[in-house]
Amino acid sequence: MATDPRRKSEQARGANRSRSAWREQVESYLTHHRKVARDSAQRLWHTPVASLMTWTVMGVALALPVALLLLLTSLQGVSAGWESSARVTAYIQLGVPLEQAQELRDEMAADGRVASVELVDRDQALKEFRASSGLEEALDYLEENPLPHTLLVTPEESARSADGVQALVRYMEGMEGVEKVQVDLGWLQRLNTMTELLARAVWALAILLAAAVVLVIGNTVRLSIESRRDEILVAKLVGGTDSFVRRPFLYTGAWFGLGGGVVALILLQLSLWWLSGPVERLAGLYRSDFSLNGLDVDGALALIIIAMLLGWLGAWVAVKRHLDDMEPGDIAGGA
Amino acid sequence: MIEFRQVTKRYDSDHTALRQVNFGLARGELAFLTGHSGAGKSTLLKLIMVMERPSAGEVIVGGQVLNRLPRRQIPYIRRHIGVVFQNHQLLFDRTVFDNVAMPLEVVGASPRDTGRRVRAALDKVGLLNKEKMNPMQLSGGEQQRVGIARAVVNKPPVLLADEPTGNLDPALSADIMRLFGQFSQVGVTVLIATHDIALINEIGRRTLTLDHGRLTAGGSPLTGGVSGH
Repeated sequence: MATDPRRKSEQARGANRSRSAWREQVESYLTHHRKVARDSAQRLWHTPVASLMTWTVMGVALALPVALLLLLTSLQGVSAGWESSARVTAYIQLGVPLEQAQELRDEMAADGRVASVELVDRDQALKEFRASSGLEEALDYLEENPLPHTLLVTPEESARSADGVQALVRYMEGMEGVEKVQVDLGWLQRLNTMTELLARAVWALAILLAAAVVLVIGNTVRLSIESRRDEILVAKLVGGTDSFVRRPFLYTGAWFGLGGGVVALILLQLSLWWLSGPVERLAGLYRSDFSLNGLDVDGALALIIIAMLLGWLGAWVAVKRHLDDMEPGDIAGGA
Repeated sequence: MIEFRQVTKRYDSDHTALRQVNFGLARGELAFLTGHSGAGKSTLLKLIMVMERPSAGEVIVGGQVLNRLPRRQIPYIRRHIGVVFQNHQLLFDRTVFDNVAMPLEVVGASPRDTGRRVRAALDKVGLLNKEKMNPMQLSGGEQQRVGIARAVVNKPPVLLADEPTGNLDPALSADIMRLFGQFSQVGVTVLIATHDIALINEIGRRTLTLDHGRLTAGGSPLTGGVSGH
């Protein structure tokens, strides 16, 4: 079959042209996006006070739940640290002599579930108590030492589960001469329950504040839609699609989000700096290595992206409510 | 190009704006639409622009029946229809150039293309040297011409005008009418709503007359199903 070379080259040229037209289309689409993004940013810039106020409202609304979440993470870090060092305390009956206590200690130390055992003998315990409690004089009135020998048992890693510790406690309670066994996990459980409760409260708060942010941005964008009514009508009149007309407002929402996110970051950083001194002192009093951690780079980025998404969403709500209904019929005049 | 078949438009109340209107306009035809105020001129134009839908009958533009056109298709129809208003609807927050460029912006024309076509349109209406000005600085006649440039910048096959000379003195009106005449010569279908009888008589073109929603003159439809192509 003879192919006409001329036609072939023509076809190739046609394909070329259509490809370049397609490229041009994409390019002009991107150019348009850039232009709209820049324009809507400039509009915010032209009304600095109003924009700053919106950013601040948004920043406060975002900073609050994020601050609480950070606090929560720090608290969870503390409880995790303590859980791993859970210790079982066995109080030995008062009448039991030191030698028998030492035997008990050796017996425990031989147990596979036990990592280490420390025996605190009653004289030593009294001495420490006297030194640390400030009740020296009151203690002097006592005729004899009220404190028992004590075994401080640290379980093996493998036995540190709730069940493991429970079994160990039962075993030790069965030992001769042991008066009482205590696992001081009660407060830890309470702390855990409280942080769990707090976490839910924080999430609820975060959702409410996110909704507030969406509404605030929605309202701001609504006002901006009203003020650009003529432009919207003309754009619709000359054949602008809904997405064309929406675009600048969606960008406006995203820029509000960006500003809000940045303000939130600044607020967080400021309050962190303000609180870090007292927190360190408090942690020092509890001999805890607790510290308030700020947002890392990933967290900061995530915050800003979420803020922009919320702003975009708010704008979208406003646009859906107010823009799509706008019809250029109104400007065409009477019947 | 434009065809109305038994078109009736009733608004919610008993007010009937158009009653069984029949007419057709061929490609490159220039016609006037006239009638007392409230006779239904604007309604007729709005039906072509798909700002309103007919209560009965069919509106056909460029071979497309507009009655059941889905909402999201409407912008694409409007891109083929240029409109000029009495109050020109220019935006005062941008230059003449940017005003005229709007129809090109919505179709995503490239900046190079936009520049070329906007200048061509401004040249056509004789305002090439005013592209950087704000429309507010222009006279009424110039503003109207900017409006016309915007309406024709993407070379629509249909041009509608609603009282385009309403605020202008006779000399300017004649100027503007001459422009419309030129567009129709290059194949644009032009429909001008006006009650400027003197102007209509002077130009002597086909005139559609509306009276209380009825077409009383000039309504000879393009016969048959095919509208002018």
